[in-house]
Amino acid sequence: MGLVPREGRRRALPRGSFIAAWMFCLLALVGAARADDTGKPDPFADISATSADVEARGILALAVSGSPRAAPVIAALRDGKLFAWKYPRPDTPLFIKTDSGFVDARSGDQVDTPAPVNLRKVIASDTVRGAIETAEGALDLFSPEPAARGKAAEALYQSADPGALALLDKALAQEQDPGVLRVLRQAKAAALLKSDTGSDADRIAAVHELAARADLQTRNLLASLQGQPPAVAAALSSAITDIDHTLQLWGLAENVYYGISLGAVLLLAATGLAITFGVMGVINMAHGEIVMVGAYTTFVVQRLILAFAPALEQFGLLIAVPAAFLVAALLGVLIERTLIRFLYGRPLETLLATWGLSLVLQQAVRSIFGPTNQDVSSPGWMSGALQLGGLTLTINRLWIILFALLVLGALMAALRWGGLGRSIRAVTQNRRMAAAMGIRTPLIDALTFGLGSGIAGMAGVALSQIDNVSPNLGQNYIIDSFIVVVVGGVGNLWGTLLGALILGVVDKFVEPFAGAVLAKILVLVFLILFIQRRPRGLFPLKGRMAEA
Amino acid sequence: MLRDKLTIVTLGCILGGALLLAALNLLTPGASAAHVPDFVISLVGKYLCYAILALAIDLVWGYAGILTLGHGAFFALGGYCMGMYMMREIGARGVYANPILPDFMVFIGWKELPWYWQGFNHFWFALPMMMLVPGVLALAFGWFAFRSRVSGVYLSIITQALTYALMLAFFRNDMGFGGNNGMTDFKDIAGIPLNSETSSAGLMVISALVLAAAFLIARGMTRSRFGKVLIAVRDAESRTRFLGYRPESYKLVVWVVSAVIAGIGGALYVPQVGIINPSEFAPGNSIEAVIWVAVGGRGTLTGAILGAVLVNLGKTWLTSALPEVWLFAIGGLFILVTLFLPRGIIGLFAARSATAPAEAQPGAAAAKSAAREIAG
Repeated sequence: MGLVPREGRRRALPRGSFIAAWMFCLLALVGAARADDTGKPDPFADISATSADVEARGILALAVSGSPRAAPVIAALRDGKLFAWKYPRPDTPLFIKTDSGFVDARSGDQVDTPAPVNLRKVIASDTVRGAIETAEGALDLFSPEPAARGKAAEALYQSADPGALALLDKALAQEQDPGVLRVLRQAKAAALLKSDTGSDADRIAAVHELAARADLQTRNLLASLQGQPPAVAAALSSAITDIDHTLQLWGLAENVYYGISLGAVLLLAATGLAITFGVMGVINMAHGEIVMVGAYTTFVVQRLILAFAPALEQFGLLIAVPAAFLVAALLGVLIERTLIRFLYGRPLETLLATWGLSLVLQQAVRSIFGPTNQDVSSPGWMSGALQLGGLTLTINRLWIILFALLVLGALMAALRWGGLGRSIRAVTQNRRMAAAMGIRTPLIDALTFGLGSGIAGMAGVALSQIDNVSPNLGQNYIIDSFIVVVVGGVGNLWGTLLGALILGVVDKFVEPFAGAVLAKILVLVFLILFIQRRPRGLFPLKGRMAEA
Repeated sequence: MLRDKLTIVTLGCILGGALLLAALNLLTPGASAAHVPDFVISLVGKYLCYAILALAIDLVWGYAGILTLGHGAFFALGGYCMGMYMMREIGARGVYANPILPDFMVFIGWKELPWYWQGFNHFWFALPMMMLVPGVLALAFGWFAFRSRVSGVYLSIITQALTYALMLAFFRNDMGFGGNNGMTDFKDIAGIPLNSETSSAGLMVISALVLAAAFLIARGMTRSRFGKVLIAVRDAESRTRFLGYRPESYKLVVWVVSAVIAGIGGALYVPQVGIINPSEFAPGNSIEAVIWVAVGGRGTLTGAILGAVLVNLGKTWLTSALPEVWLFAIGGLFILVTLFLPRGIIGLFAARSATAPAEAQPGAAAAKSAAREIAG
């Protein structure tokens, strides 16, 4: 469920830090190179050295030198086409092997083919390969791809080393893309602030440049600057305050997003319950287990597709939605016909019987599939994250929010305009009159329960993407779902929507300063008090139906 | 007639059975065929505590129509009070040999005993606490719930939320009740070592005596004028209110009495099983206790006791013989009893002898009033 596919994530971390380490070496070196200008170290000479460390140093120096020969030389080294003189020579010639012969690495001019016995291929050891990767990253500042340039600029910003100033100036002069330009300017501002050059005015301008970025890293960077002149220090502290405010706002927005996404999950789980409990008045304690059955249907559908039609793998989830609806709806009709219909009007008995049913369903699934979690995969279009300013929105959560709203909307439309919906409303409002008008009320009861269960099954498909698919899946949601329906007001779908969102957002806002467990307890206490004040929910039904 | 005979038979079975088992355990040699092994004694002691809980639930569900899904909370609170007393009794004999602090507090680095642990080193203090703590919680909860006329399934769901919230709370280490490990390694109670044969037989007999006393108290309550009003509240709450009674007061009294009985049951349970942890608060436990009452027959005190013993006998046997089947069995029991045995096992006999007591028929009238409530 993270930002990168699982396989990639495992490797990404070490490589990232590796590159960062190299980037640091690289920039340290540039500084060193500037320090003893008299020595004029020749990167080409270093590259031709036999020591891997010297070779790596040469590569990095070449990359930041801005020389037009850097890219072809480094590429040749990577591809094993770079050759040096076998025996030490003061001018350390380097050649690049091309299809038509050899060129001089320094000038790029065609040269006479040297005798092969005098040549030695420059070896790219592991150390050198790391340097090549880093060097190509810096070279990306001049790549034709704006995305690659942006990434390179960002990496330079992260390191904020004054040694890169010359390189950045060069890149800034050439850059056209406004996005990359902004990052480059920020990188330059960071490097400038870290260096001991630049006038106060320049430094203040740099602080303003960075303040616009407003992320935690920038804040840490600004806070780490010590011993600035008074004017700059004042600008710094006001920039830090600004960033803190912005960060707080983003944090708030992030909490709201998490709350809404939790609310969407609750909404999905509670929508089915709003039908069976809200409309029919049946206390179905096995509702969570029907959700669980929906999640297991997703698992089975994915397995079947993998076995019989691997080409459809990306669409497995889309196929699972109707499949889970059908399986859960059939199960619901079966439950209604064999159990619930004998218990209408006896809510306490219904509660006990359906609790028993939930135990049976749990154990049945445990016996068939085993007690361990089942692995349900996420299709590619559901993984990844969306960056929106300082917000990271995970795509699967976005899909679930969308899906929850779609399900609720479809259900409302079906109840309002559909044929079955009309019958359901008729039976709820006046059962005997509906029967007198020719509606087969027992059939409608069964179908209504099937509809509510089917929606629970679809909730299971969504939950399989964010939760463990295990026999206990349903138990985690049943109490919350009841709370949502009760808070929202029985028999009111808008209330269910609002109840779910309120519960989700409140939960996420209380969590940071009270901890997850205490948040849960507070929500439950809140519910107990809420029922005292509003025993019929936020939106109680009014008029004749309320008294029926 | 049947009821009086039933009362005598019930009391006789509880007290006679307990004394007989204790005698066979203590007075016969280990090799004798008549010897009752120790594990049977502690098992029976456990069942008797469950029966006390079932009696408490029957009092509110069978006679006042309050389906509680959270009585396990009162049971566990009583148990925790007993656990706190026995933890203090360990004293310096613990692993860390701290004379004041229980082991788990030393382990999480606490230096001082929290205020709510003060006094629990005295048995005379802990004993009333086992009744007071569940009683006060029930009073606060019931006062709010009954006065604002929360009833039916809503009440059931908040009782469940109550025990769930308490479970989550007791799982936290900062609460100072041992976190998810709870309390265990008890050494003795009121100076008597717990691991002796005499003490387990003694605890079993005490449980039987308490059960008998609770049975008599509940019988007295339900057969008095108070009990008649209670049954009227169960069958037609609005009508009772219109006749000038205050249903909420009647419900509150029976609710608190029931919680206290459940707390005593829990307090007796803990020394016999040797451990108390937050899983006792799990909503599943409370709901399982409700099914004992349903199996035996709600609205009859004997039925609650019978149901608790029978279902737990079945559980002990099934969970060791066929562990996978247990959930199917208990789940099926819930379904079958509600569908086909609404008055439980006692109801079966009562119907046959055609002298069914009026209060053993919660079916029709209750169903109608409940239907009205849920529809509204």
